[in-house]
Amino acid sequence: MKTPSRKKSPPRKPQTTALAFAVATACTLGMLPSASAQLSNDTIKIGFLTDMSSVFSDIDGQGGAEAIRMAIADFGGTVLGKKIELLAADHQNKPDIAASKAREWFDQQGVDMLIGGTNSGTALAVSKAALEKKRLYIVIGAGTSSLTNDQCSPYTIHYAYDTVALAKGTGAAVVKQGGKSWYFMTADYAFGAALEADTATVVKANGGTVVGAVKHPLASSDFSSFMLQAQGSKAQILGLANAGGDTINAIKAANEFGVTKTMKLAGLLMFINDVHSLTLNLTKGMYLTDSWYWDQNEETRKWSRRYFEKMKKMPSSLQAADYSATLQYLNSVKAVGSDDADKVLAYMKKTKFNDMYAKNNTLRGDGSMIHDMYLMQVKQPNESKYPWDYYKIVQTIPGEQAFTAKADSKCAAWK
Amino acid sequence: MEIFGIPLQAMLSQLLLGLVNGSFYAMLSLGLAVIFGLLNVINFAHGAFYMMGAFFAWMGLTYFGLNYWVMLVVAPLLVGMIGMVMEKTMLRWLYKLDHLYGLLLTFGITLMLEGLFRSFYGVSGQPYSVPDVLAGATDLGFMVLPNYRAWVVVASLAACFATWFVIEKTKLGAYLRAGTENPKLVEAFGINVPLMVTLTYGFGVALAAFAGVLAAPVIQVSPLMGSNLIITVFAVVVIGGMGSILGAILTGLGLGIVEGLTRVFYPELSATVVFIAMAIVLMFRPAGLFGKQK
Repeated sequence: MKTPSRKKSPPRKPQTTALAFAVATACTLGMLPSASAQLSNDTIKIGFLTDMSSVFSDIDGQGGAEAIRMAIADFGGTVLGKKIELLAADHQNKPDIAASKAREWFDQQGVDMLIGGTNSGTALAVSKAALEKKRLYIVIGAGTSSLTNDQCSPYTIHYAYDTVALAKGTGAAVVKQGGKSWYFMTADYAFGAALEADTATVVKANGGTVVGAVKHPLASSDFSSFMLQAQGSKAQILGLANAGGDTINAIKAANEFGVTKTMKLAGLLMFINDVHSLTLNLTKGMYLTDSWYWDQNEETRKWSRRYFEKMKKMPSSLQAADYSATLQYLNSVKAVGSDDADKVLAYMKKTKFNDMYAKNNTLRGDGSMIHDMYLMQVKQPNESKYPWDYYKIVQTIPGEQAFTAKADSKCAAWK
Repeated sequence: MEIFGIPLQAMLSQLLLGLVNGSFYAMLSLGLAVIFGLLNVINFAHGAFYMMGAFFAWMGLTYFGLNYWVMLVVAPLLVGMIGMVMEKTMLRWLYKLDHLYGLLLTFGITLMLEGLFRSFYGVSGQPYSVPDVLAGATDLGFMVLPNYRAWVVVASLAACFATWFVIEKTKLGAYLRAGTENPKLVEAFGINVPLMVTLTYGFGVALAAFAGVLAAPVIQVSPLMGSNLIITVFAVVVIGGMGSILGAILTGLGLGIVEGLTRVFYPELSATVVFIAMAIVLMFRPAGLFGKQK
């Protein structure tokens, strides 16, 4: 086919320059201030690998990196006279990218400790790389309980939450409130399956029943068909074993199709960003379990306001945990007087952690950070008095009950 | 009565929901087909324009208090204009090159637009509620259908029919089609072909934005909403036959229904079924169901 005719040859030069400039701008937008590539023994290097651009980037992402930077600044920027540096990268939710980036950082950049962001698949892959290189790996954003159970590692710490804690929190609470029969809407990948299985176990143990489940592909935009199937099940509770955009679109469809009139929704993994995005009108009354809430006490409020100044949104529990983990790691390095992973770990195992996120948290043999979890209920629109006033804390779940019991653990290092 | 163990009622309701999704596919693939048919450009930025349509609707409401109905007209116009600027300044230099260049350019533009919106608004998305007139649901006997979904089907079918009619049945459409076959000759008759091409691109892009506004109340307005959909829509265009207007519309609706039924029988497959259909169609009809072998 011939193209429409045009006069003379086009002025290509400015075009290409403009395009190149635009591309460069776009690249810069997505990029983080990365540290210099210079290798030095005179720095403590912290690596941060998370989803910076896709479905989970609001709950952790740039906000998580900012929280880590705040912790480094609060610590004074140096430890044992050495400068503290942060390297951050986007793993694009791909385990192979995450693992190779981790190896590169450990080998070439001399990263001393790695903080792991969202996505369980990437966390499991990086955990293996950290074990190989004998470096400390603190997982915050990923949920799978495998990290401290069948795939546990002496160098991996699971800091904020796991699927077992979520199930025990929301699952048990909802059954006790009378929600006996459950139907699951599950994201069709490892995390969804784990969350459904863990929750089903808790539901049954508390005297409830599971009447059915539907598996939907990851990142489905339309949930209407699944909603009709859920509605047909006549269950009392619709358990959403998914995360991020899937949970958001599922809740939207549930409201549109009137599912919320006959069934109660239980979001098994929800963050404050999801509630903010959906608004209270669509989420009111829902139960969820989380490790932290910005409006919990004076200390959390104070820190969150500082965070808000920088990011213009309130922090999720993951971002708060990113801050806490960095601070506690630096405290431990300072106390031990070394950045040797084994020495730091040995110190961490006999220490109680306290800051605006942690309350007497302890590190268990399987790598689980043991701390209280909170069952929260989303407020009614008329109960919310100021921006981001979204949750009521209904119940505190003591750390000893929240996580996997020793009897149920398959972690070899903890036997 | 049951069909393969599924009650007839459930079957009918899933068919209807499939039709609703199919309407979105039809509108988006129609825009792609028009652009490919007349400009020979594989417009990868289509998903981004769809996303921008939804975002403009949300921005209109949030910043300027413009309601849904106003934005249903304004958003496609604005996005269409952005598209025309893009065509004038960037795309037109690529027409005589391989398809691949157009695809790469529009893909790059997609990444930039998505990145821009993501850095401002994050990925969780913005809430947009159904306009008051269309709130509520109607009991059809076999299912309760939200009124808004019914409106989506009506609006998109109307848009599709109008497009088809203009291109296939009017004089303007005849000029357009002739212009793509032999631009030199058509220009000799005094018709401004480059302008027509620009307008066509603007129209195709506006159609994507129109679909975006329609989608805003149904799914969360998020920078990622376009890329979630665009691959499926491309498959629809390939199945229908690249550049075939009627093919795009019918295939879009049909695949929506196929996908809807898959959600009942084997939900895990629902994201893949369109591509299975594509593979099968390409095996037997390489030019697509409605495409002409060149």
